[in-house]
Amino acid sequence: MKITGAQILLRSLKAEGVDTIFGYPGGAVIDIFDTLFREFSEDFRFILVRHEQAAVHAADGYARATGRPGICLVTSGPGGTNTVTGLATAYMDSIPVIVFTGQVPTPLIGNDAFQEADIVGITRPCTKHNYLVARTEDLARTIKEAFLIATTGRPGPILVDLPKDVVQKKAKYDYPDKIEVPTYKPNVKAHLPSVKRAAELIRQAERPVIYAGGGVITSGAHEKLYKLASMLNFPVTSTLMGLGCFPATHPLFLGMLGMHGTYRANMAIDNADLLLAVGARFDDRVTGRVEEFACHAKIIHIDIDPTSIQKNITVEVPIVSDAFDGLSKLIEELETKGRSSKADEKLKEWHSQLTVWRNQQRQRFDRTTEIIKPQFVIEKLYEFTKGEAIITTEVGQNQMWAAQYYLFDKPRTFLSSGGLGAMGYGFPAAIGAQVAYPDKIVIDIAGDGSIQMNIQELATVVQYKLNVKIAILNNGYLGMVRQWQERFYDQVYAHTDITVAPDFVKLAEAYGAVGLRATKTSEVEDVIKIALKTEGPVMIDFVVDREEGVYPMVPAGAPLKEMILV
Amino acid sequence: MENRKVISALVENRPGVLARVAGMFSGRSFNIDSLNVAPTMNPEFSRMTIVTHGNEAIFEQIIKQLRKLINIAKVQDLTRGDYVDRELVLIKVKASSVKRAEALRIVEIFRARIVDVAQDNLTIEVTGSQGKIEAILELLSSLGILEVIRTGTVAIPRGRKGLKAGDSSD
Repeated sequence: MKITGAQILLRSLKAEGVDTIFGYPGGAVIDIFDTLFREFSEDFRFILVRHEQAAVHAADGYARATGRPGICLVTSGPGGTNTVTGLATAYMDSIPVIVFTGQVPTPLIGNDAFQEADIVGITRPCTKHNYLVARTEDLARTIKEAFLIATTGRPGPILVDLPKDVVQKKAKYDYPDKIEVPTYKPNVKAHLPSVKRAAELIRQAERPVIYAGGGVITSGAHEKLYKLASMLNFPVTSTLMGLGCFPATHPLFLGMLGMHGTYRANMAIDNADLLLAVGARFDDRVTGRVEEFACHAKIIHIDIDPTSIQKNITVEVPIVSDAFDGLSKLIEELETKGRSSKADEKLKEWHSQLTVWRNQQRQRFDRTTEIIKPQFVIEKLYEFTKGEAIITTEVGQNQMWAAQYYLFDKPRTFLSSGGLGAMGYGFPAAIGAQVAYPDKIVIDIAGDGSIQMNIQELATVVQYKLNVKIAILNNGYLGMVRQWQERFYDQVYAHTDITVAPDFVKLAEAYGAVGLRATKTSEVEDVIKIALKTEGPVMIDFVVDREEGVYPMVPAGAPLKEMILV
Repeated sequence: MENRKVISALVENRPGVLARVAGMFSGRSFNIDSLNVAPTMNPEFSRMTIVTHGNEAIFEQIIKQLRKLINIAKVQDLTRGDYVDRELVLIKVKASSVKRAEALRIVEIFRARIVDVAQDNLTIEVTGSQGKIEAILELLSSLGILEVIRTGTVAIPRGRKGLKAGDSSD
């Protein structure tokens, strides 16, 4: 029996175990929405966002929180172009997101038809792969391929463009259980001789540091990392993307490294004799000046993507594998033969040095003032959620303070646009995470700038009664840029003052959400308590110190040890 | 040190594959000196020969990035072994009656061919390695070159090493 392309699409999604779709209708996808509404409303939860960018960020938040691919359905032309930022975000952070876009009917493609855009051309550099489905018969296989490619190897976003006639025409439905894509063979298994070489370096290391990134979370290797670090007694630092891959409250955790990393993490990198990089890609925000990054260290690099290896930093032992396999094999190898007692003696000295650095610089802020310090807000959010919330962030100071002051003990609890740095990410990502985990507290830590980039989603959270809390650290500035202007541009605040802003409390109320405000330190605790007690969406306007900065800070292009501390 | 690199890629014969390759090069600021693409014996695949220059770190990235593209079946760095490369060039030169003899002599020396003759110009077809092409262009330039059209390099490994999808010589 033949069924329509729309039916094939939705049946295929069902076969893949999809339960939630984020999207926005339009002319080119009207048939899919019709079929979804009439025939599949029991099978999928559809979340109607208010802007397609938010649909992709929400699908991305869903994917980061669950580890399963996030699904989006939008229309042609502007529907597709509005997904570009979301796709680029997911691409940079290796998140499995699949975006289905409508397209004008195949006979009209290339004719500058109404709401036509060459979305496959536009998104080629910001997707792992993309497709234009030319025939209804190809639809099922293409969807199967899309899921395979999105979720395996180094994951990433896929876009599937669906011309209207392809969706309307009928074909036989035959969804393959398993497929082979002959030209796609990601390698996840570590090469044993390299593992042995790495183990030998680890056995001899006197001042080791494990530098862990998002790949540990992606491959579900956090327990392996825990095991390796605790059996070796090696300190661990993490990238922004890696937060939660190792318990932040654990004594071996040094905190985040890089531009806004902790003093001791950066000093440790600078003095280490061995760096074990796992699932991290030596991003410029991590390394500072590359020539001086970990310049006393031999480097072992475990990464699933061969292009990440030897790209920014030359390493002694490259291991192409996912973090899980690489760490598992290292553990086996080191269990067979452990470290020498001499190396372990030196390791003790290294730990005392790390303690000295910890005591020299803790992230500090003024706790005596009635002006609200943004860091204090985060500490209190941590305290009142017992560290168990899923935190999403926007981009800028809010993101860095969240990374520094909320302690993440578990993977998939810190969702942030790391690579692309897309303002407007946090709120829709919180929607995605909340839909995935309705019983969890989900908080978007936002700035007054970023929140306005997708603020229309207040309508979405109200419509679906989503229990999302938004904590705006409102300083009336595009704060991170202002901080750079303060430090490096003679305090000329070129176009970063955004004091002309809506009254966020009234705005929340206008949408039908609850709005709260704190203007003094003494009000912070109460406001958080009320927000957490209130069912449904709450937006909290924390009016914070306008000129508070994020420290430590390594100026762009400087070596890590050249931190500005206050 | 800037070196020349000849890369051979076996790619799926599908719409958009050339754009993926070209986009990867431009998006990552890699150089393309020439790029030739044509079908293979197997209609499902096309062959791309890409000539680029840079340093070893860049070459390593180029090859890895090419392998990362989904539609690419196989990537080979031909400059790592022995290979034959050829380029076909059509050259239109000024050839008044006075200069015509000299043009013909050069054609002879390089085993090139005259493929079109007009009142005051000749079109020469020449095939050869990069060195040969450069040499003939230099000699002909004294006559006055009106136009040069080049195919870009195509290349194949010497001996038994193949380039097909199943080969293990990768």
